[in-house]
Amino acid sequence: MNRVALKQGGGGRAMRALIEKVFVRDFATLPFDGVGISAMDDGAAIRLGDEWLVVTTDSHVIHPIFFPGGDIGRLSISGTVNDLAMMGATRVLGLTCSVILEEGFSLEWLEVVQRSMVEACIESSAPVVTGDTKVMGRGELDGIVINTTGIALTRTLVRDNGLSAGDRIIVTGSIGEHGLAVMAARHGIDVDGKLVSDVAPMNSMIATIVDKATAMKDPTRGGVSSALHEMASKSGVGIVLDERSVPMTPQVRAVGELLGIDPLHVANEGKALIGVHAADAEEVVARLRMHPLGRDAAVIGTCVAERPGSIILDTGFGRRLLAEPEGEPLPRIC
Amino acid sequence: MNATPLQFRDPVLARSMAATLQRLVAQLDRPVAVMHVCGSHEQAIAKFGLRSTFPKALDVIMGPGCPVCVTDVPEVDEGVLLARQGVRIATYGDMLRVPGTVQSLADAQADGAKIDIIYSPRQAVEIARETSEEVVLFASGFETTAVATAAVILDDPPPNFSVLSAHKYIPPVMEIVAEMPGSRIEGFLAAGHAAVITGSDVFEPFVERNGVPVVIAGFEPMDILAGLVELVELILAKTPKVLNAFPRCVTREGNRAAQEQLWRVFRQIGGRWRGIAHVPNGNLRLRDEFAHVDARKRFTIDLPSLWDFAPPALARQCICGDIMAGIRNPRDCRLFNRECTPENPIGACMVSNEGTCKIWHLYGGVPDLEASA
Amino acid sequence: MCLGVPGRVIEVREFTATVDFWGVRKDVSLMIVDEPVAPGDYILNHVGFAIRRIPPESVAETLALYEMLIAGDDADLMTSDVRGEISGAAKGTS
Repeated sequence: MNRVALKQGGGGRAMRALIEKVFVRDFATLPFDGVGISAMDDGAAIRLGDEWLVVTTDSHVIHPIFFPGGDIGRLSISGTVNDLAMMGATRVLGLTCSVILEEGFSLEWLEVVQRSMVEACIESSAPVVTGDTKVMGRGELDGIVINTTGIALTRTLVRDNGLSAGDRIIVTGSIGEHGLAVMAARHGIDVDGKLVSDVAPMNSMIATIVDKATAMKDPTRGGVSSALHEMASKSGVGIVLDERSVPMTPQVRAVGELLGIDPLHVANEGKALIGVHAADAEEVVARLRMHPLGRDAAVIGTCVAERPGSIILDTGFGRRLLAEPEGEPLPRIC
Repeated sequence: MNATPLQFRDPVLARSMAATLQRLVAQLDRPVAVMHVCGSHEQAIAKFGLRSTFPKALDVIMGPGCPVCVTDVPEVDEGVLLARQGVRIATYGDMLRVPGTVQSLADAQADGAKIDIIYSPRQAVEIARETSEEVVLFASGFETTAVATAAVILDDPPPNFSVLSAHKYIPPVMEIVAEMPGSRIEGFLAAGHAAVITGSDVFEPFVERNGVPVVIAGFEPMDILAGLVELVELILAKTPKVLNAFPRCVTREGNRAAQEQLWRVFRQIGGRWRGIAHVPNGNLRLRDEFAHVDARKRFTIDLPSLWDFAPPALARQCICGDIMAGIRNPRDCRLFNRECTPENPIGACMVSNEGTCKIWHLYGGVPDLEASA
Repeated sequence: MCLGVPGRVIEVREFTATVDFWGVRKDVSLMIVDEPVAPGDYILNHVGFAIRRIPPESVAETLALYEMLIAGDDADLMTSDVRGEISGAAKGTS
């Protein structure tokens, strides 16, 4: 019997293969007017007159549920708000929130999680309008699972396949923090409290530049590498990434080296990759930097016609091709 | 002092060193192939994009330097069988996905086996202390890592802790490669870390027997480039010697105390390395005095139960050995990209993230990229 | 872990030490390293064990050696041999 393996949740090639084979292929045969499941974009867009109704859904299973910089509550709101924002929909009409709890889960913890969710809703002006709660028996579920679905309206729909040769790639801030903060917490690596998740709703920041974005994607599971690979192959361009201009804190660099994990493969939960025409790059960076979440925004790459679908990394010493992450990044020995 | 490690990564200095390498190889005026035998070297070369700075006439081939990749199928099977028996396995991250006859440890994990990913053998001991279940350290790695395993074995581990040793020893495999008929390898870059333990003298007999120079190099971009410069100089001068290009960490006799610990706990036996065939004295196993922490003695591992599934025919067609010796390249292999892919790897070169076959599979050949501007 | 990032020793206990790797603090075992280490020393770490104390002067010496290699003249057998002696002799047994 074939079985699902952990790596298929990791956001890399393995996960895409699972989704395509099991879900997309048949769902895609149903008629639909808009951006649907076969696009596998951050959300779906349904045409509504001269606007788009954007919908996205996400289930959150992160462990530990409390990590430096956030918790599963903050993540479940931010993740969905950000997916909507990545489609160009920054004014959220409403969120749903379904929670499945394991029998015995601490009520105190639940309250902390709920408070985090409320905070994130206030930050993003996104109300939770309906939800569902279930309890499963002890051992039938690992603690807590939260699913959030979000809906928003937008006139400007931004896809992840809109890059052209000559476009620049901008990242809104320093990378690798969420994934490495969680991993450091899991492995008991003490970083003097300076390695924290970047989990945050980005819609207010994205609203300031959505008119100039040719493509957008947030580098969550699989990191910047995964997201850029998808954007490059869907757009039919190659991307030259200048490693030295990618913003990264020294703590992320150090933990990455120690664990043998490339920060470019690590999840971010409060950053976006934005494609822009070269002429707009400077202005977009300036606008982003005016927002508290975008202080370290920087141009990190250029789209080229050669090697469509590939990412070429310029390391400062030489160039190499950046591989896609296979599955969940694991600490390596060699 | 905090800035000093970073000077070994100075791109300007590195470019000058790369230019020196270009000059020397141009003097040689013919193609030349050298081999490194360390996964970390390949990682560093790949990570910093150094290959695009090497002269085209210089072929820096990745040899059998990824200890996990050369872990042969029966050894992986031992770990998988133990895991399926309900024993808790602690292992390094890159061991998880290495294929066995039927399953990898990751597959066993999907079936419910308990596998902990660690990055130090000390963690495995901690896990054993915190539980009453049996915990087995599935120990892969070369001599540098074996020393760490030896240290925890000698440090009074709890009774529910034992070790399944898949450790390997590098110098014997260099002999195999050097002796392969048709081998193009004219020099070796040896791993700095292993040499910290064994000392540079360990390579003297090899150099004498084979007449091929060995340069010991560290892992920063400057270290690797400088190591290659020294190696090409030795090749130019037709002088087979052992040179230590990592003097800040390597001495001639190495770390004696660590060597003592290593050889007190381990003995060498011959064994198959995936994709290379038999390497005499290439595997490290626990000595009889340490039977009490030897997972192979503590548990009954029913390897024959898997033999019905063994695909020996395919494994026999694997030419990784020739690829690592620089005699052939992946396209010469009948299995490449057909039966042998990263999802279903047959040989070491396809298992390793930086193995030759994996690189060719991912990039359709050696990518033709330039050095940074 | 494989690249063995050099770290700076912050605190030393009987068999372990706290080491700083660019701001990340890790506990490493001293059971393998063959000489005493003191706070301020640099050590080479491999899978949670210090395997070598890096003498501070050796860093500068190595960089000087690299400068020599870069400046070095074309295949001068003599120079190459001399250079070989310098690095082959290796800086100190300890």
